[in-house]
Amino acid sequence: MEYQAKELFAKHGVATTLGVVVETAEEAKAAAEQLGGVTVIKAQVKAGGRGKAGGVKIAKTADDAFEHASNILGMEIKGLTVNRVLVTPATPPVEEYYFSFLLDRANRSHLCIASVEGGVEIEEVAKTNPEAVRQIPIDALEGVTPEKAAAIVDDAKFPAELRDQAIEMVQALWKVYVEEDATLVEVNPLARLEGDKLEALDGKVSLDDNASEFRHPDHAQFEIREEADPLEAKAKDLGLNYVKLDGAVGIIGNGAGLVMSTLDVVAYAGEAHGGVKPANFLDIGGGANATVMANGLDVILNDPQVKSVFVNVFGGITACDEVANGIKGALEILGDNATKPLVVRLDGNNVEQGRAILDELNHPLVTQVDTMDGAADKAAELANA
Amino acid sequence: MTIYLNKDSKIIVQGITGGMGSKHTNLMLQADANIVGGVNARKAGTTVELNGKELPVFGTVEEAMKATGADVSVAFVPPAFTKDACIEAIDAEIPLLVVITEGVPVQDTAEVFAYLQGKKTRMIGPNCPGIISPEESLAGITPHTIAGKGPIGLVSKSGTLTYQMMYELRDYGFSTAIGIGGDPIIGTTHIDALEAFENDPETKAIVMIGEIGGDAEERAAAYIKDHVTKPVVGYVAGFTAPEGKTMGHAGAIVSGSSGTAQAKKEALEAVGVKVGKTPSETASLMREIMKDLA
Repeated sequence: MEYQAKELFAKHGVATTLGVVVETAEEAKAAAEQLGGVTVIKAQVKAGGRGKAGGVKIAKTADDAFEHASNILGMEIKGLTVNRVLVTPATPPVEEYYFSFLLDRANRSHLCIASVEGGVEIEEVAKTNPEAVRQIPIDALEGVTPEKAAAIVDDAKFPAELRDQAIEMVQALWKVYVEEDATLVEVNPLARLEGDKLEALDGKVSLDDNASEFRHPDHAQFEIREEADPLEAKAKDLGLNYVKLDGAVGIIGNGAGLVMSTLDVVAYAGEAHGGVKPANFLDIGGGANATVMANGLDVILNDPQVKSVFVNVFGGITACDEVANGIKGALEILGDNATKPLVVRLDGNNVEQGRAILDELNHPLVTQVDTMDGAADKAAELANA
Repeated sequence: MTIYLNKDSKIIVQGITGGMGSKHTNLMLQADANIVGGVNARKAGTTVELNGKELPVFGTVEEAMKATGADVSVAFVPPAFTKDACIEAIDAEIPLLVVITEGVPVQDTAEVFAYLQGKKTRMIGPNCPGIISPEESLAGITPHTIAGKGPIGLVSKSGTLTYQMMYELRDYGFSTAIGIGGDPIIGTTHIDALEAFENDPETKAIVMIGEIGGDAEERAAAYIKDHVTKPVVGYVAGFTAPEGKTMGHAGAIVSGSSGTAQAKKEALEAVGVKVGKTPSETASLMREIMKDLA
């Protein structure tokens, strides 16, 4: 979110105005009084187009701030509820620019994108005037030296009177990118204020979860829990890789690719069964023991939309007998809480032992099907029953 | 023949004494891979016994290569140490480096990739199941029991889909199957593997598995159009997957593509690649091709 990006900007010396983040209209009023003068009330959600959605308003007085904040708080922007607003001093830009560092997958390196044609959507500028949107590759070993920063600023044709400030800001933004292990650091708009002062008026930072895990434990503070779906929050607490979707067939599988493929196969099978769709993405990964399986089933069975569950496992490293024992254990742990039919497809490593364990269990809720397509069809049929 | 890895490959394991390293060295030995030693700076000079074989542990990749003639290294080191492990292997000029480790920060991989340029090492991964040339060798974690040797080459971003597809086509078998990994930056791409399979006389047809995100499949399609004469069958996972984390404005400009499964399927079909809707349909498409070739 904007205020979090700005905190990271400030930490690394990028010129910006933090403002005050508040959760109530009363606090917004107090913040506006404290800041004095004209303020801007900005919805804080992880989504673009906040201005267009009515989530950004100018407040001339503290009472205006109260009124705007009460309207914006609770509003939905792109499906996200606004729980916070940022109150900042209104600093109308003289000119607006665009700047970002990001991961360049195609070239397997980093890229800088800079344009002095800001103020409108950068995608539009890229279409109508591609020359004005400079794309400058960054060498991952050399990074952004003072010389490189100067070259970027000159290439993008920042006004001469802002050159030194811009060079400094580019280096500070690179520090945010590298030292926080970001995959995107975007400033939009990068504003030229009265008195030729350059400032990051709004921004976005995407962080690399892989790096946050062991290099930046402080990044955990940026996660805002209440925005997440309650089932997703529960899954996260249990260490599960789960995404809630809108359908009726719960999905558990191993490996992100196979689970994604399972969603597709279920959606296709659903076409013949009243259009039922997958209810979630859940990848239990390699070590599918009874606890992981029980946790996964627990989350999925608590989804009121779920009518049936499809467990799709290809035993590569994971042996199918371990998975079968996991299902067995999970059903024991869940007891009477397990109420929805389970379609299980096991293949690969130790498949005979795995299938035998489930045959022996002979649980009324469990159906085994040999193929992925067949199992998807069965799960879709049960969800449509 | 195979690509990148064959029965003569001599393999060392970086991180051989760790949990993952020892477990999978065991499995690689069961697949008859020629494992000749391992690397762990703190345990240099000792040996480990795995699958009944006494393996020497060296302090560095360079020492291991000198002593054993190794030409492949498989890395099972924790994410925090992966960058250094890769740079060590690249400095030692190991011809093939397979990085299994999941969770490597992408800026580390970007540095490693930049460091690789102009060097003698090919890197596969990170975050991948590695490479198997069935009945010859295994450098990675792909189960060797799924399928035997045969005329199909397989390249995939996803591990479990590699296994699924090998299983579907186990009656034909594979020259080599490579899991290139799904990370945003990887050492060996679909295109690299397609080029190698095209040049391998014993690979008759190729299966290419992709998934949503990035534009690697679109670029592979452009490559196939100009450079690949062998039949290619494709599969893309994620038609119904939710939109992932978008990279904001900047990402959309760079990729020049929506990164959706549909866009990838269309790009592949436009160059004559038959794309299956499901793994089993993809396997059926390959069966038809194999019948025509027979």
